[in-house]
Amino acid sequence: MTAPMPTRLDEPDLDDVVVVDRPWVVIVWNDPINLMSYVTYVLQKLFGYSREKATKLMLDVHQKGRAVVSNGSREKAELDVFRLHEHGLWATMEHDQ
Amino acid sequence: MPGKLVKRLRSGRYQLRLDADERALLRGLPKQLRELLLTDDPSLLRLFPTAYTDDPAREADYQQLMREDLLELHRGALEVMEETIDAADLDEEQLIAWMKAVNQMRLVLGTRLEVTEDMYEEGVDPEDPRAPGFALYSYLGWLQEHIVQALS
Repeated sequence: MTAPMPTRLDEPDLDDVVVVDRPWVVIVWNDPINLMSYVTYVLQKLFGYSREKATKLMLDVHQKGRAVVSNGSREKAELDVFRLHEHGLWATMEHDQ
Repeated sequence: MPGKLVKRLRSGRYQLRLDADERALLRGLPKQLRELLLTDDPSLLRLFPTAYTDDPAREADYQQLMREDLLELHRGALEVMEETIDAADLDEEQLIAWMKAVNQMRLVLGTRLEVTEDMYEEGVDPEDPRAPGFALYSYLGWLQEHIVQALS
């Protein structure tokens, strides 16, 4: 006898699931190198955010360790991650939970 | 201590107020980093981050599709800085290239020096073998700050 296997919600290949357009989120992680002013500037420039919004996101990154900076389809998230990487920010993407 | 290192001019261009010593310090760096980009040196880690942390297959696809483009963009910014290292002033696009190039240098140097947020406040012991590297790293951060201020 074994215990029932726990349901693995993340198991199926998402490409095979009907609802494939679950939005993705782009996350910027805190790091000890990038300047706070630089992170704010990059968020304004890449996403067109106001200085207030970009500053708030930067402070979230700095104080909480991470912040969601954009979201959308997988293609859009990949492009956003790429542009953040071009600017040296530590960005990753994952499914919005 | 001098004032602004980068000043926005009425013409819309940006004056670089760097003295001969600063230019000499910066001169060799873009080429060094361009050459390093062709290697798999571990200090390049932060220039090519992981996009998908929990999906190795998609991460492999992403790297296959994007890494070459990212390398080209990194290299392009370094080339602009290298070509304009003696310029009295830059246009906005060139200054943005400098900003990205200087940031690449900070990421590589910061990774090598294993910088922490505490190091900014506490500084580094002059006897520490990392002290010269940290001095350069700090200068690049200062320059970066001035570039960002001028562009903001």
